Amino acid sequence: MSEPSQALVVAGHGSHLNPESSTPIFEHANRIRKQDVFDEVREAFWKEEPAFREVLRTLDSDEIYVVPAFMSNGYFTNRVIPRELRIADGWEPETNGHVHYGEPVGTHDSMTDVIIQRAETVTANPSVGNGTGLAVVGHGTERHEDSDASTKAHAAAIRARDRFDEVRALFMDEPPYIDDVTDHFETEDIVVVPLFVADGYHTREDIPEDMGLTDDYRDGYDIPTTIDGHRIWYSGAVGTEPLLADVILQRAAEAGARIGQSRTKRATKPTPGV
Amino acid sequence: MVEAAHWTVTDGQIEAAVAAAHEGISFEGFELLHVDDGYRLTVPGVKNSETLTESTLRERLASIPGAVTNWHYWTDLDVSDANYAFLRWLENARGEQIPPPNDRYELLVEGLERHWGDLLITTTIEEDGTRRYSLRHQADATMPDDELAGYDDPLAAQRLAKEDDDGRYRPLKTAPTLQTGWHFPGCSAPELLEVVSFFYPATVTNWYAESIGELDVTHWSETTARQTGIYDVTAELPEEAVDWAVEACCVDSQCLKRREWEYDEKTAIDVPAGEGEFPCREPCSLLIAAARKWSLIEAEETEPMTLELTQSERDQFEELLDAVAEGNADEIREADVGDGANRYRARYLRAKLREKGMLFDE
Repeated sequence: MSEPSQALVVAGHGSHLNPESSTPIFEHANRIRKQDVFDEVREAFWKEEPAFREVLRTLDSDEIYVVPAFMSNGYFTNRVIPRELRIADGWEPETNGHVHYGEPVGTHDSMTDVIIQRAETVTANPSVGNGTGLAVVGHGTERHEDSDASTKAHAAAIRARDRFDEVRALFMDEPPYIDDVTDHFETEDIVVVPLFVADGYHTREDIPEDMGLTDDYRDGYDIPTTIDGHRIWYSGAVGTEPLLADVILQRAAEAGARIGQSRTKRATKPTPGV
Repeated sequence: MVEAAHWTVTDGQIEAAVAAAHEGISFEGFELLHVDDGYRLTVPGVKNSETLTESTLRERLASIPGAVTNWHYWTDLDVSDANYAFLRWLENARGEQIPPPNDRYELLVEGLERHWGDLLITTTIEEDGTRRYSLRHQADATMPDDELAGYDDPLAAQRLAKEDDDGRYRPLKTAPTLQTGWHFPGCSAPELLEVVSFFYPATVTNWYAESIGELDVTHWSETTARQTGIYDVTAELPEEAVDWAVEACCVDSQCLKRREWEYDEKTAIDVPAGEGEFPCREPCSLLIAAARKWSLIEAEETEPMTLELTQSERDQFEELLDAVAEGNADEIREADVGDGANRYRARYLRAKLREKGMLFDE
């Protein structure tokens, strides 16, 4: 008997305004497609198509693994996605497949490695750390208690590795704020890694302007940019790091997916009716 | 019959047919059954009641490539029921009156064309019955291949679907703004299905569900009732305003889906549903996001406001609204001051109304 077929859904936010918001979702899904471990791989979005609400019906696999490409647990992962997929209490799931809902990528321990990888990439220094500070930047919101949890957890995990001289968790919408990034570090070099899925309004416009890398994001900025005697190495969204595809796979595996080997061809189905 | 002239049965296809005979084949008039003393074979248009030995059967099968290759192609496909039905539809082989394979084969040699939204999908056939599918924008129907950018990788459709011909982001995949100038010249069935899924996600699934009477429609009131956060206000959009919202966003000039949902089960929305091939089963996120804005606007109190205008200026407001609503504002010529939505005309009116303190008065 052949093994059950399996599908992966990478669930992202998407955007009505910014074409690049969904780009990392597509790119990570494509990386996973090339590994050929799932019979089907599908992107799904809150603001783009296929919508969370309609993605399950497009899949034909026995086992469906949904991994939220979100950076923290909160409103979307706990409420919106389960409701729209109709796997939350009180709804009827609308697929013959068995849906396994994974944890978001952003809270995974291995995101710590992705953040460090991002720091290495932006500094072009594979052993960056010594004499350098690292700021992990989260969105944060005072409306949701857990929204800053993953940012703080990754900062703590990196601090525990004793690789960077200083590590701080900073936020856009709650203290300690990213605006005063240089106040938080003694080191001359500061690497700033935003814990965001995609480069968009926040990572391209808000954060660079808040930190003072530029007065107007449209003018761009240098990497590094010197502010108050500190060199700021701003990496852009961590979610664009190719390594994130591995975290998605790990989340799927934790939810029960077989990711060890390439898939076997499914048994040929009986001739379907017309 | 067109048999033999164009098509060749492969050894593998004959093996597959002989093996399948034990369970029996019955496909579009091609029937084959293993019986105690041999094989019974029937092909369209040929009555045959004799029992064949296996070696005679193999010869016969080789002489009816149309029937055998057609059966083999459709039986060997490993796709979902919806995708299978879609591939059948592409060559008019779905429904009550299916043309016999040989008639279709003649058409497939030339290429059978179907439209799916703005996509023009052409199905052709190879010597062994394998179908190839090519796609392009229907506006590029007569464009020579070498004037179009050619793609083999289905993933290229992800990027093509994102922007229109002017490089503007398309937040709605089924908007009639798909860019032109590209083609996928030779897709296999799985590749075609992947390309279509990137251009028009979930359309095949919902179209199929509708065709077998199983489309689940979620009406406006139900969709807005389940919204939370900043979108919970959409449930308060007045009923008549829902009609205006649908006229704004859902008609054929704005979206290629055919609207199947209404205000609720009992209350229809008085706006044409559209002519599209594939159905819209629920208000989409773009409409919900716009409806949030309209809900907030409709929640404001109205009050009488006075503008003193000439008749021509009043007409000009209509022309301005029309030009923006139809997306024509960019097409109005620089010096065409006869058009109320001309830029100089708009700037003049703005200067005048500001000066008179009637608008832009902060």
